[in-house]
Amino acid sequence: MKTIAVLGGGVSGHTAAQFLKRKLGKNHRVIVVTPNAKWNWIPSNIWVGIGEMKKEDVTFELAPVYKKMNIEYLQAKAVSIHPNGQDKDNSPYVKIEYTGQGKVGQQEELKYDYLINATGPKLNFHKTEGIGPEHGNTVSVCTYDHAEHAFKEFNGIIEKLRRGEEATIVIGTGHGTCTCQGAAFEYLMNIDHKITSLGLKDKANIIYITNEARLGDFGVGGMHLKKGGYITHSKVFAESLFAEREIGWITGAHVEKVEKGTIHFEQLDGQKRSINYDFGMLIPPFSGVGITAVDNDGSDITEKLFKPNGFMIVDADYTGKEYKDWSAKDWPQTLQNPEWSNIFAVGIAFAPPHAISEPRKSVNGTPIAPTPPRTGMPSAMMGKAVALSICDMIKNNNTTPRHTACMSEMGAACVASTGSNLINGSAVSMTMFPIVQNFEKYPEHGRSLSLTFGEVGLAGHWIKTLLHYLFIYKAKAKPLWWLIPE
Amino acid sequence: MSLIRKERPYEKAEFAPKPTWIVRFLRQNVLFQFYRFIMINIKMIKLIFKSHK
Ligand SMILES: Cc1cc2nc3c(=O)[nH]c(=O)nc-3n(C[C@H](O)[C@H](O)[C@H](O)COP(=O)(O)OP(=O)(O)OC[C@H]3O[C@@H](n4cnc5c(N)ncnc54)[C@H](O)[C@@H]3O)c2cc1C
Repeated sequence: MKTIAVLGGGVSGHTAAQFLKRKLGKNHRVIVVTPNAKWNWIPSNIWVGIGEMKKEDVTFELAPVYKKMNIEYLQAKAVSIHPNGQDKDNSPYVKIEYTGQGKVGQQEELKYDYLINATGPKLNFHKTEGIGPEHGNTVSVCTYDHAEHAFKEFNGIIEKLRRGEEATIVIGTGHGTCTCQGAAFEYLMNIDHKITSLGLKDKANIIYITNEARLGDFGVGGMHLKKGGYITHSKVFAESLFAEREIGWITGAHVEKVEKGTIHFEQLDGQKRSINYDFGMLIPPFSGVGITAVDNDGSDITEKLFKPNGFMIVDADYTGKEYKDWSAKDWPQTLQNPEWSNIFAVGIAFAPPHAISEPRKSVNGTPIAPTPPRTGMPSAMMGKAVALSICDMIKNNNTTPRHTACMSEMGAACVASTGSNLINGSAVSMTMFPIVQNFEKYPEHGRSLSLTFGEVGLAGHWIKTLLHYLFIYKAKAKPLWWLIPE
Repeated sequence: MSLIRKERPYEKAEFAPKPTWIVRFLRQNVLFQFYRFIMINIKMIKLIFKSHK
C-alpha cells in the first residue's frame, strides 16, 4: 500500500486527490493536508466582492466530500518536507501543524511515498506598505472573506455616490511584480457594471492601475486576436473596453505605498506619481507559502527543493536565459522534482522558469512587469496529469511520469463576467492557446489564431455562470464528476 | 460634465476603437448571443481537447 500526500486542498490539489482516489481505489492511501475547512471556487469570489453572491455560494465543507471519497483529510498546514527521512530511517515525511479538527497547533510527522505540493500562493501584502484588508488601506478579493469585506466597503462607496458625492475607485495590481491581472480586470468590470446599472456612473471616477506595460498584456505578453478582418493585439481590444466604459488606466506602475486616500506609485518612465482614491482593490504579489526542506541530518536543504520565491523546483529550465532566448521548451512538462522523483508541484506552487511577459525595469531599475499567471484551468490540468502519472508509477513500479501538463502546450480561458441577471449580464470572454507563446509551433504570433479569441457579450456571462455550477458540482464529487473537463 | 471626468488619466481613450450601436445591440441580443454561446463553447471544447492531448 502506497501513501500519497497532497499538500493543499485548493483547485489543483483537490483535483489531484479526486483523480488519485478514483484511479487507486482502496489499495492505496490518499491524504490531503490543507489548513482550510472549506473548498472555495476562487474565480467566483469576484461576485462575492460585488454582492451578487454570498460566500456560502462559492464554498463548501471539505470533510464530507473527502469522507465520501475515502480520502483522508488532515486540516493542517505543511511546515517542512523531509525528503530523505530522519537519521537512519530514510522514509520521507512532511511535518504538519494542525489548524483544526480539535488539534490546533499540534505538530505531526506524516510519512509519504509520493508527495504533491499544491499549496498555491502566499498573499504577500507586506511587500507593499499599506495594501491589504488586514493591516492596509485597500481591499482584496483573493479569499472569500476578503471578498465579503470588499463588498461591505464598496457598499459604503455606493452610499457616498447616492448622496451625490464624487468618488474615485482604483482597482489593479499592488506591486510591480504582481500576477493575476485577470482577477483585477474582472473585478473592475463588475464594479463598473454595478455603478452604471445603479445610474451612479457620472459621479464615479474608475481607474485601473497595473504593472502591465500596456493594457491587454494579462501577464502573458498580450495576445493576437482576429477581429473585424484584422489581426489585432489584445491591447486594442482592452483599450476599447476601457474607452467604451470611460474607465481610466495607468500602466507600467509599481505601487510603492498606500496611505489612507492616496496611492503612491512609480512608472516605467521612472516618475513617481500619486493618485487619490476612495475605494481601492489591489491584488498583492504572490510567493510560495514558505515550506522549508530538511535533510536527514537536520540540515536545511530548502534551496534544493524551492526557488528563493518559495515556489517548488520542477522539470523546468531554470538557467536564467535572456528574454530573447526564452523558449516554449523552458516550461515544465511532468512537474516532477529533478532530485526527488516522488515529489511533484502543481498549480501556483511550481516555480516557473521565467515570466511570460517581457521583463521590464523602470529607469530607476525597479522591476515592473507581471509574473506568470497560473489560472484555474491549467492548475487543475496539472493536478490531474500528476495524479495519473503517480498512478502509473505505482502500477509499473518505476520513477518515470508519463503524463504532462505544460503551459506552452495548454490553453486557458478567462471570462470576466458582470451582472447576475441572465438577460442583463455581460462578459468579456477570452481564450488563448497556448498560455505561454510557442514560437516554434506558431512562428508569427506564438499562439493559435483560431483558439485565441476575445469577444464581449451576454453569451460569456452564461458560460461563466454555467462554469461556476459545473466546477462546484465536480469538486463535490457528485455522480459522473470526472466527465466534467478541467 | 462633472469635474471628476476632466481629471481622468484618460486622453488615451481617444485613440481606442469604440463599438457602434449595432455591435452593442448584438452583444445583448438573446438570439444572436445564443448562437455565440454555441460557438464559444465549441471553441472552448476544442481548446480543452487540444490541451489534454
Ligand atoms: C479573485 C481571483 C479570481 C480568479 N479568477 C479566475 C478565473 O476567472 N479563471 C481562472 O482560471 N482562474 C482564476 N483565478 C486563479 C485561480 O483561482 C488559481 O489559478 C487557482 O486557484 C490556483 O490553484 P492552486 O491549487 O494552485 O491554488 P489554490 O486554489 O489557492 O489552493 C492552494 C491551497 O493550498 C492551501 N495551503 C496553503 N498553505 C498550505 C500549507 N502550508 N500546507 C498545506 N496546504 C496549504 C490553501 O489553503 C489552499 O487550499 C482567480 C484568482 C483570484 C485570486
